[in-house]
Amino acid sequence: MNPYYILDTIAISNGVHKPFDCTDCHSSEYKAYPHKSELKLQPLSNCLDCHGGDASFAKYKFEEIEKEFKKSVHYKVYGENFNCSKCHSQHTYVATARNSNNVLDIVDYNNKMCLSCHNDMKKYKLVSGHENPKLVVIHDWLPNQELHFRHVRCIECHTEVKDSLMVSHNILSKDHAVKKCAECHSANSKLKASLYKYQNLQKRSENGTISSILTNSSYTIGTHQSPLLKLLSIVIFIAVLTGIIIHSLFRIFKKKN
Amino acid sequence: MGTTDKIYFYPLWLRIWHGFNALGIIILILTGISMQSSIETPIIGFNLAVNLHNIAGVIVLLSYIFFFAGNLWTGNGKFYRIKKKGFFRNLVKQATYYAWGMFHGESYPFPLSEKRKFNPLQKYSYVLVMYFAVPVVIVTGIALLFPEIIIDKAWGISGVFMTAILHSAMGFLISLFLIIHLYIASVGKSPLENYKSIFTGWHHI
Repeated sequence: MNPYYILDTIAISNGVHKPFDCTDCHSSEYKAYPHKSELKLQPLSNCLDCHGGDASFAKYKFEEIEKEFKKSVHYKVYGENFNCSKCHSQHTYVATARNSNNVLDIVDYNNKMCLSCHNDMKKYKLVSGHENPKLVVIHDWLPNQELHFRHVRCIECHTEVKDSLMVSHNILSKDHAVKKCAECHSANSKLKASLYKYQNLQKRSENGTISSILTNSSYTIGTHQSPLLKLLSIVIFIAVLTGIIIHSLFRIFKKKN
Repeated sequence: MGTTDKIYFYPLWLRIWHGFNALGIIILILTGISMQSSIETPIIGFNLAVNLHNIAGVIVLLSYIFFFAGNLWTGNGKFYRIKKKGFFRNLVKQATYYAWGMFHGESYPFPLSEKRKFNPLQKYSYVLVMYFAVPVVIVTGIALLFPEIIIDKAWGISGVFMTAILHSAMGFLISLFLIIHLYIASVGKSPLENYKSIFTGWHHI
């Protein structure tokens, strides 16, 4: 039997669709066993059939996501064949990024969506028709590769940031991916608009009070500046320079006398 | 000037250490500011700044070991010994000289000799920098190179963050030292005298 047809029932009961019966989406004729083989050919509803135009899902902005997705490299190359469930398993999906407080869990869950194809030779070839490039090799240029892979999501660099969406879903082709270190490693880090955009992670990205920074459990060079210490260091620095200038003026002045 | 008022203060090994240390520290300060403030110059981008910072860090670590060992073996370390007696009095005396005495023709309160290489203020700041700030910056720097060895959280605060703050605070202290060090060095027989000494090893009394 095709291994992709066997579902992890525990994962289903943890997923977002756990309140539903199988036959809520699949034909009610599946209740008879053995199932009729032609049932498999019956068209299924897609995500937007339920989630689109429904006020209770408005905050997820499914329509806008679809619009963005249609600009993505996945849609451009594979068209309608590439649907939501290629990444978001309708059976087991969990909204980790919105709910977890643990960055590493969010990153891990998210990256596994990409890796389920991009790190799976068989699956990747089935969809794309060509060999899967080795991720470790094509990311060779990235310093501390392993650290990056564990601490940020693939989509941090590979999606366009869109203010109105948590994740824009416009997956960019690799020529348009972020490659400049300072896009993240800067006071105005891109990560604030992507990974740290979620409410549950928000306080990590606030560059305001010391306490909010101090309770931070992630550290990115350049993004973590304490305004108080910065001000203090500038004041001390100017004081020292002033002292030196005054002292040297005295030396010059006194010499002339 | 006769040869009698010259002392061979800075032996070759010390000058070599001083040179490497100075070079390393200057690179560390410049690249450190560039990373911390995320100022990228066209010449030094973020990744180059990181690499240079790491390399210069290793240079300073090695030169520190050299300095420490040199001080133990050659007896140069004795110049860094601080006595409890007169700790504050001597400090004030030297500071008063810089702020007042030197402009009023007062004589040098702590004339240098073979037994006394540093004035009290100089000695205290050297000890503070070389036996406190630099070791702390080296240890925290190594920790940041291998963040997995840092404890995750202490008192609810991220360990990496605390290490980073300590690292940059000490870096800042060292940069202040460097500026003052360079300036005070110009207070000598003539403004350029002391700079020459650290190249030749000979100090004019």
